[in-house]
Amino acid sequence: MAQSKQKIIVVGNGMVGHKFIESLVTHEDASQYSITTFSEEPRLAYDRVQLSAYFSGSTVDDLMLTTPSYYDEHGVRYLVNEKVIGIDKDAKTITTSSGLVEPYDTLILATGSFPFVPPIPGKDQDHCLVYRTIEDLEAITASAAESEVGVVVGGGLLGLECANALHNLKLTSHVVEFAPQLMAVQIDEGGGALLRQKIEALGVSVHTGKNTSEIVAGTERRYRMNFADGSHLETDMIVFSAGIRPQDALAREFNLTLGERGGIVINDHCQTSDPSIYAIGECALWDNKIYGLVAPGYSMAKAAVAHITGGDVTFQGADMSTKLKLMGVDVGSIGDTHARTEGALTYTYFNQPEGVYKRLVVSSDQQTLLGAVLIGDTSDYGTLLPMMLEKMPLPEQPEVLILPAVEGADNALGVAALPDSAQVCSCHDVSKGDIAAAVADGACDVASLKSCTKAGTGCGGCVTMMGQVLNSELEKMGVEVNDHLCEHFAYSRQELFDIIRTKQIKTFADLIDQYGSGMGCMTCKPAVGSMLATYWNEYVLSDKHIHLQDTNDIFLANMQKDGTYSVVPRIAAGEITPQGLITLGEIGKKYDLYTKITGGQRIDFFGAQLHELPLIWQELTEAGFETGHAYGKSLRTVKSCVGSTWCRYGMLDSVSMAVLLEMRYKGLRSPHKLKMAVSGCTRECAEAQGKDIGVIATDKGWNLYVCGNGGMKPRHADLFATDLDDATLLQYIDRILMFYCRTADRLQRTSTWMDNMEGGLAYLKSVVIDDKLNIGEDLEADMARVIDTYECEWKKTLQSPERLKRFAHFINSDATDDSLAYEPDRGQNKARIASKSMAPPTDAERIPVTIAK
Amino acid sequence: MLAETQIQTDWETVCQLDDITPFTGVCALVGEIHIAIFRVSDDKLYAIQNYCPFGQASILSRGIVGTVGERIVVASPLYKQQYDLATGECLEDPETTLTTYAVRVHDGSVQILN
Repeated sequence: MAQSKQKIIVVGNGMVGHKFIESLVTHEDASQYSITTFSEEPRLAYDRVQLSAYFSGSTVDDLMLTTPSYYDEHGVRYLVNEKVIGIDKDAKTITTSSGLVEPYDTLILATGSFPFVPPIPGKDQDHCLVYRTIEDLEAITASAAESEVGVVVGGGLLGLECANALHNLKLTSHVVEFAPQLMAVQIDEGGGALLRQKIEALGVSVHTGKNTSEIVAGTERRYRMNFADGSHLETDMIVFSAGIRPQDALAREFNLTLGERGGIVINDHCQTSDPSIYAIGECALWDNKIYGLVAPGYSMAKAAVAHITGGDVTFQGADMSTKLKLMGVDVGSIGDTHARTEGALTYTYFNQPEGVYKRLVVSSDQQTLLGAVLIGDTSDYGTLLPMMLEKMPLPEQPEVLILPAVEGADNALGVAALPDSAQVCSCHDVSKGDIAAAVADGACDVASLKSCTKAGTGCGGCVTMMGQVLNSELEKMGVEVNDHLCEHFAYSRQELFDIIRTKQIKTFADLIDQYGSGMGCMTCKPAVGSMLATYWNEYVLSDKHIHLQDTNDIFLANMQKDGTYSVVPRIAAGEITPQGLITLGEIGKKYDLYTKITGGQRIDFFGAQLHELPLIWQELTEAGFETGHAYGKSLRTVKSCVGSTWCRYGMLDSVSMAVLLEMRYKGLRSPHKLKMAVSGCTRECAEAQGKDIGVIATDKGWNLYVCGNGGMKPRHADLFATDLDDATLLQYIDRILMFYCRTADRLQRTSTWMDNMEGGLAYLKSVVIDDKLNIGEDLEADMARVIDTYECEWKKTLQSPERLKRFAHFINSDATDDSLAYEPDRGQNKARIASKSMAPPTDAERIPVTIAK
Repeated sequence: MLAETQIQTDWETVCQLDDITPFTGVCALVGEIHIAIFRVSDDKLYAIQNYCPFGQASILSRGIVGTVGERIVVASPLYKQQYDLATGECLEDPETTLTTYAVRVHDGSVQILN
């Protein structure tokens, strides 16, 4: 007789509740359990850590961690808008708000926490809000629309995020903090002071040491907050973000053991005082501690799953170190930041001009690291955290760990010294050993490590360290770790681009003469050819450049399997007149070309022989068509939907924008091909979020998405900026594309470029939007030169009888290639079927090894 | 004298040196054979069969010329196998060797030994 399934009920479908379910349904014994989950919120689990992204344009969909179909697939029953209000521990049932009674064998409380609102008279009025759920955010947005001034009560991590949100909503924003400094839990006084300076410089006022005594009607604004010290502040709205309290109401009412100040007491297996009931996440109290971060919650979920399924993982507490970016300011907090350990000694580095503060807290014998504070520069976080966690021996002079690198000195201890157990990614609990194993299995760049270990895909704070572990493991395996372009150049592509730019080198001959050796090869020649074309934009078939051009570029057409070519004229944004279509049809018919509509909304002619290319292009250019660069590592197409000129739903004229973009960037040679799309509304018919550059119209302007990809490894584009006007949109795209051209590896699409970029999206934003590197104007000027010097390569080629000589199968005969043969298929020519022999991978299929410095 | 005349008739002129841009190739028809001729540094010429056995097409003259170590090679424009221009050997598959041909420049003309 089959044993009936164990019934598991999960109360609360937040991040931790979902993690528990995800871990259990992917467990090998998953079939033994039937899971039901209840959420009092109207939707399934979403990413609360990224909540503030909602204000910078992310949608609820972007934030979702799971979908009904995922739960359906795994047989998980889910009820939203359904609050669990009763537990009968003896009968082992729960009761819900709608009167449902459900039996359980095991009950999981993952009820999370609620925002603490200090008991201030006047706190319950309209426009006095909290910051925790998507509904809260909607309320904040609505309130902001009727307000000019906003106050956040609470200067901790969440409070500052919330202040940033108000600032982004264009309110005059204030932070009111009870403690004498910001982020008093995580960082020391010195760090807090610098953080305050930086945040005030952004236009947010900070008031510390303020105890709000009442909220009354204001004279200038809606409310007046009176403080205990007699001062006051007027505001239109208030958001309370003064900490969290465990959501333990159910446990309290139904007699599970609680801590003195709340929280459901759990053991190392996350069991409560009733062994059939577990509590995980922010509602749980372990060793008298509430963990208000998601990573420890995930560890609890895993421990609970392990105990239920007979595994041996237990919860052993968690490190609360954290690294984040608050309003663009890098903040890192490790261990004992306040030097509270007995005898602790400190080292401090403070660089006021650059706004960098670093503090080390070490043991009294100066042998181990106890804690650290990093403000303005958290690049040492990845080195310091494992030193603290693993109690690694400190260098003789611990201060070298935070002093700026001086020429010739290497102050990093290196990840090679770390044990395999050292945690690299805290979001997904990935150890150095896990990464080493993935490298041994063949993952040889950060992007592939991300996809096979999940490391670096949470907050992204560990990506630098992943790169270091990757390099050290490759070195251990005897793989030569360098980023040289090939045997002819001991430089990376990025370094060569800098050389070309700064030394103003215009030819391959000069470059290899001064910076390389030998004659070049099929790797470096096209790469250098591409860089020269990006920077100088000279005619690629001139004598000095022609030998650098790869298979397709060298004849300005795409070679097909039989050595014939395909021809693609530009049809910007897919917009074409009926007469244009007729002309194309006539040309296709005349040269008997197989004709197909491409994925990029244009028309491709196949089966043109080499000698026919100039004839075909003569007719195309006479009819007003230009080259479509389908053969180049360059901008291909800008796809568009029909937009507001015709569509009932269109917000803006997507076709005009797509034409503008395509005409602006056509001919731009780049590390790999580039595709763009413009959609006229969020229905997204142009599929812009799967493109290198995606633009979507909203009622407030353009939203810009970057680094998406379809193809072999699809990647959803990242939202880069919202509500842009035309000029800003173009400015950002100019900068992003040129920065990509300068810094990507050869044949690296923008998606992998982004996945391998240290600092990721936030870094790209800081370069492009904040102009952190002070190269914005430079990038725009480089792009302007490319745009200004555009000429149709086919038009230019047709004007040169010398160049046209190459477009013949034989140099000494008018005969054509007699080996070509076609057979009819669905009314058109089809290339003969050659049995494709086993070929080594093409350049494009080789995975570049990218080395983090 | 007779011997010299015979030697001259054995060399077939296919084009002028100026017809080949440095570091690129062209394809010549000699008899019924497609021959790829490459011009590299110091106007040195190489000639191999134009047909790539992997790609099964007559296209090698359109490939990129370069060096791998000391060997001068052309990369097939279809699937990127590299062939040693001096010996015809395929670097990725030494079992495969292409036919090579004698080539020279004579009075500015490119000639193949027929």
